[in-house]
Amino acid sequence: MTVAKEVSAVSPPAPPPEHDNVLRVHDMRMRYGQRDVLKGVGFTARKGEVLTLLGPNGAGKTTTIEILEGFRTPSAGEIEVLGVDPARGDERWRSRLGVVLQSWRDHGKWRVRELLGHMGRYYAPYSTPERRRPRDLDELIETVGLTEHADKRVSTLSGGQRRRLDVAIGIIGRPELLFLDEPTAGFDPQARRDFHDLVHRLSDEDDTTILLTTHDLDEAEKLADRILILAGGRIVADGSADELARQVRREAEVRWTRDGQRFVHATPDATRFVRELFAQHGDDVADLEVRRASLEDVYMDMVRRHESGHADAATGGFEEAAR
Amino acid sequence: MNTLFTIRLGLARGWIEFRQTFTSAQDLWSYLGNSVVFLAVLVFLRGGTVEGTPISVAAMSMPGVLGMLLLFGGVLATMQLLTTEREDGTLLRAKAMPHGMGGYLVGKLLHVSLMTIASMAIVLLPGLFVLDGLMERGLSGIPTLVWVTLLGLLATLPYGAILGSLFGSPRAAVAAVMLPLMGLIVISGIFFPISVLPEPVQWTAQVFPLYWLGLGLRSAFLPDTALPAEIGESWRHLETAGVLGLWAVVGLLIAPAVLRRMARRESGTALERRRHRAMQRVG
Repeated sequence: MTVAKEVSAVSPPAPPPEHDNVLRVHDMRMRYGQRDVLKGVGFTARKGEVLTLLGPNGAGKTTTIEILEGFRTPSAGEIEVLGVDPARGDERWRSRLGVVLQSWRDHGKWRVRELLGHMGRYYAPYSTPERRRPRDLDELIETVGLTEHADKRVSTLSGGQRRRLDVAIGIIGRPELLFLDEPTAGFDPQARRDFHDLVHRLSDEDDTTILLTTHDLDEAEKLADRILILAGGRIVADGSADELARQVRREAEVRWTRDGQRFVHATPDATRFVRELFAQHGDDVADLEVRRASLEDVYMDMVRRHESGHADAATGGFEEAAR
Repeated sequence: MNTLFTIRLGLARGWIEFRQTFTSAQDLWSYLGNSVVFLAVLVFLRGGTVEGTPISVAAMSMPGVLGMLLLFGGVLATMQLLTTEREDGTLLRAKAMPHGMGGYLVGKLLHVSLMTIASMAIVLLPGLFVLDGLMERGLSGIPTLVWVTLLGLLATLPYGAILGSLFGSPRAAVAAVMLPLMGLIVISGIFFPISVLPEPVQWTAQVFPLYWLGLGLRSAFLPDTALPAEIGESWRHLETAGVLGLWAVVGLLIAPAVLRRMARRESGTALERRRHRAMQRVG
């Protein structure tokens, strides 16, 4: 039994109606020479959902995204992106996608407004009454916070500004499905916060489905409706941050000090434990802290379990110990 | 309708990039520096005349230099831009958009064509006034200049695109192509009449477009008194159109397939690999 199945056994997601699936991936495999990079990846995404794809370097995140974007052909698998096999996607299909790549330094001589204005024109024939394409240029530039840089050459932008331009190009055609490959690399905390607001707005206002990769677990937790963990070529976890936390570790960790001594206790019912703790020791209890498994715990656990080859082994609880 | 739409976007793109080139001194020099150097060389060569004709060496060489600039633009510049912009992600960006690849290519062809024509104009316009014997045909040479230049672009651009698709980096591409190109320039009768070369070399040169570009452009500027220096003492317009036309047709038949294959293989992973190699080279 795989961990992925284990997850769905814990919280069986109601199978969404077929037409609502923007992304449907079944048994996707990718082999380079003798090496299997993807060994049967499967997941779905519904309209307006924000999915975060996590995984160690080399796990196949970028390969997965590139297959869905239609940039690579998988070795095997059933894949539907907006109802179409990406390998056969035409220009109309392409116009419904937004792609933000891990980019480098293209279009350095163009000015920001000039570039966005030109890029937008490609989407104009695909405008519909419900989805105006492209987006209004000034609004878009303001949305990504580049208004004061609109007349600058792209090569003079800072790393973070450049990344915001990438995002702007990705959403210029008001995509129904947006792929973001490490979108916030190089962002300062403020830019990161702004970007998170933007992602929420895209999914709320435009019903955009978003699939993003990141190494920032905090970001994944903030943004994602659902988190997918890709390790060793398989999806080893699929669920909301809470679901995953419950999956890995049902027990919360309670820490406190008493008479200058520190205590740690793991318990499935933290509230009751703390009530009893106070009943017994009253005012002697200090520095109380209740900690549920964080996404980081889940992630490390999942990846470690996978890498040690004991994907099915139960997690050991931790011992009560005075440290 | 879709094709027209793509072409219109591509032309807009090419025009924007053409304008951008004129706002950067470094770019201007990289495109037009050659022209300035050649113009200086031609002015220096004003003295003597070509044996058997009353034409100065400079006047005789100038059309050949134009042909060479056309070849540089059509093949070298196209190839370099394509490899460079694959490396920096421009192509991948284009691939991610509807009609992006088509728009990119049309834009690139227009940009390169305009820059090539500009590089020729830099030699041609001052040359007409400084060098004797180039104005003798007057305006009657203009139609020839136009058709040879346009056909010449069609006969060279596709090969620039093909080479640009085959090589993984601009460095590798230039390293591989430069030497054969130099050889071609030597044997194609640019700086001295081809008739002084041994016959097998003459035949080899006549297989490639450069000789015919030079011949066609000479016929646009030089008087018939220059003919004794040419093979068969004729401007051979039919043959010129035939050979250039054949190169154009073959190139236009092959290029789309090669470009499509290149475009299909373009991905972020491929980009990352190239970027990594480029960084190692720097580091």
